[in-house]
Amino acid sequence: MQSLDPLTILIAEDSAADRMLLSSIVRRQGHNVLTAANGAEAVEAFRQQQPHLVLMDAMMPVMDGFEAARQIKLLAGETLVPIIFLTSLTESEALARCLEAGGDDFLAKPYNPVILAAKIKAMDRLRRLQATVLQQRDLIARHHDYLLNEQRVAKAVFDKVAHSGCLSAPNIRYLQSPYALFNGDLLLAAFTPAGDMHVLLGDFTGHGLPAAVGAMPLAEVFYGMTAKGYGLSETLREMNAKLKRILPVDMFCCATLLSLSFQRRSVEVWNGGMPDGYLHSIATGERKPLTARHLPLGVLSPQTFNDRTEVFPMAVGDRVFLLSDGVIDTCDGNEQLFGVDRLQRVFAANRQPYALFGEIEQALRDFGGEARDDVSMVEVSLLEATQLTPPALVYSDSGQSCPLDWSVNFEFRAETLKRFNPLPYLLQLLLEVHGLRAQSGALYSVLAELYSNALEHGVLGLDSSLKRDASGFARYYQQRNERLEALQDGYVRVHLLVAPQGKGGCLVVRVEDSGKGFDVARVLERPLDGVRLSGRGVSLVRQLGRNASWSDEGRSARVEFFWEALA
Amino acid sequence: MADTHLDPNVLSALQEVMEDEYPELLDTFIRDSEERLHLLQNSADATQLMEAAHSFKGSSSNMGAVRLAQLCHELEQRAKQKSLTGIEKLVGEIDGEFAIVRPLYEAEKQRSLSE
Repeated sequence: MQSLDPLTILIAEDSAADRMLLSSIVRRQGHNVLTAANGAEAVEAFRQQQPHLVLMDAMMPVMDGFEAARQIKLLAGETLVPIIFLTSLTESEALARCLEAGGDDFLAKPYNPVILAAKIKAMDRLRRLQATVLQQRDLIARHHDYLLNEQRVAKAVFDKVAHSGCLSAPNIRYLQSPYALFNGDLLLAAFTPAGDMHVLLGDFTGHGLPAAVGAMPLAEVFYGMTAKGYGLSETLREMNAKLKRILPVDMFCCATLLSLSFQRRSVEVWNGGMPDGYLHSIATGERKPLTARHLPLGVLSPQTFNDRTEVFPMAVGDRVFLLSDGVIDTCDGNEQLFGVDRLQRVFAANRQPYALFGEIEQALRDFGGEARDDVSMVEVSLLEATQLTPPALVYSDSGQSCPLDWSVNFEFRAETLKRFNPLPYLLQLLLEVHGLRAQSGALYSVLAELYSNALEHGVLGLDSSLKRDASGFARYYQQRNERLEALQDGYVRVHLLVAPQGKGGCLVVRVEDSGKGFDVARVLERPLDGVRLSGRGVSLVRQLGRNASWSDEGRSARVEFFWEALA
Repeated sequence: MADTHLDPNVLSALQEVMEDEYPELLDTFIRDSEERLHLLQNSADATQLMEAAHSFKGSSSNMGAVRLAQLCHELEQRAKQKSLTGIEKLVGEIDGEFAIVRPLYEAEKQRSLSE
């Protein structure tokens, strides 16, 4: 009987002899005893001393046991304070009254100490069980709050990273749940130094924090490499390798990556495991599906990863629309999927492009789908290059160590040309020269143009006239990939010369290639229009750089940049 | 004779539980019972009568006063059914029974004190 921890037990009984007897029995069993001679005293004793358990006579003067039981249960709240009614009541009606008043058990007179001890023990077990349940409930609630708070913090941190991009650019419209991150959805956008726009819509496997943790390193790679001028392929390879390295096997990230070039009027696409995106040509009304051709990021080893992209021409006003699987996988009450056909019908019915998201949402609601919070959509349109102003780059160094008189020569040979993009390195090197920073966009565009001309038309011998129409455009990039893969010989040489000039300076860029050259005079005869799909590179170089010239039958291009004294 | 009024097994169990307080318990019961008899005799209505009989029945049964408890039970039932004819005779019997058990309890007290 002494096995349990001593309890404090309130005995409410108006008969002095019964009270005395019961007190002795209970005390002998190792518990502390409080006594009350009527219901009112019992409630008061409970209020002041919170006993663990109450033995309550039903019939008492002043306040009977039923009323006292009700009040004590009220005072106890969620805590279980078992009440055992002491009664010689035998009528079932009276026993029911005890239960209705909150009684948990009965003890009949004459008292039997063994039965009483057993009942106290059973009630104590119940009381502890209830206390444990409450404790665990509170613990779960605390954990839940903690989790929500963690999500808030994670979201705040992540928003800082995500919003470092250009999602607010005037040519981007998107729709995403504020907590999409915790559904694994991810939307990033940033300008390259040349003014191209990179956009990523990703969908990590899983939900909650595990789905969100991969987003941070992915965003870092995306923003870091885009800002440095890396192309989609390099960025994709790095993202894939990083996710493969850090994520568990069953976690990966479906993603579509876009690179919109406002100057070349084209979009480069890589889709790994996402639903079809759509390239909407305003002129023809056609919506060209941008289909997944790859496994998601983080699945394949760096050796087997395929970074091959597709390039499509775009006209000003054309749009690329991407969506997460939350849209087409929305289920109705009969487990039917919303599906691609229904989406296409919404497309077909759409008249006002800006209303498209709303119409898709309405269609999802009409479909009777449960509202999903992992519905992400983004639409990027091609504007005139001049309509967008990429944000100015911020530099943190003082400029005291700026190099002003140097030159450097590079020769990139076949094996390197296949897999390495030297432009980010060259640009970083040049941007050490403070005077060039203000024109980093032009500088990068010209470098990129000269390099890709030297590689594609020179080394790979691709005919730029292919790009005159849309189907030729696709063929051109297909050939580019094939020839690059098969490349054995050839080189691209880059010469950079920086020299001070008065209080400013001058940069001379020379790019040579091992190709066949081209009819310089004929190309230069064309007006500087910059609108045709082909031959635009030369115009662009002449517009953005100074004194552009070609020699050695077009195999050597030369262009200069100047800067004045810095303020 | 005593066995029809007091259950000796109950008394020895009580003594075991109460130890030194046993004589005091007996005293308390005698005092308590006098109050309850007074209540029985002065009940204003059937409900009061029933409640007083019920309480008296409970403590009598605890104290092993088997016949007293039995009479109180009858009174409680009668009061409950509101069949009050001849009820005074029943109250009188309870009074008589208490007059019998009271000296028995006092003797029991003396016996335990002299142990």
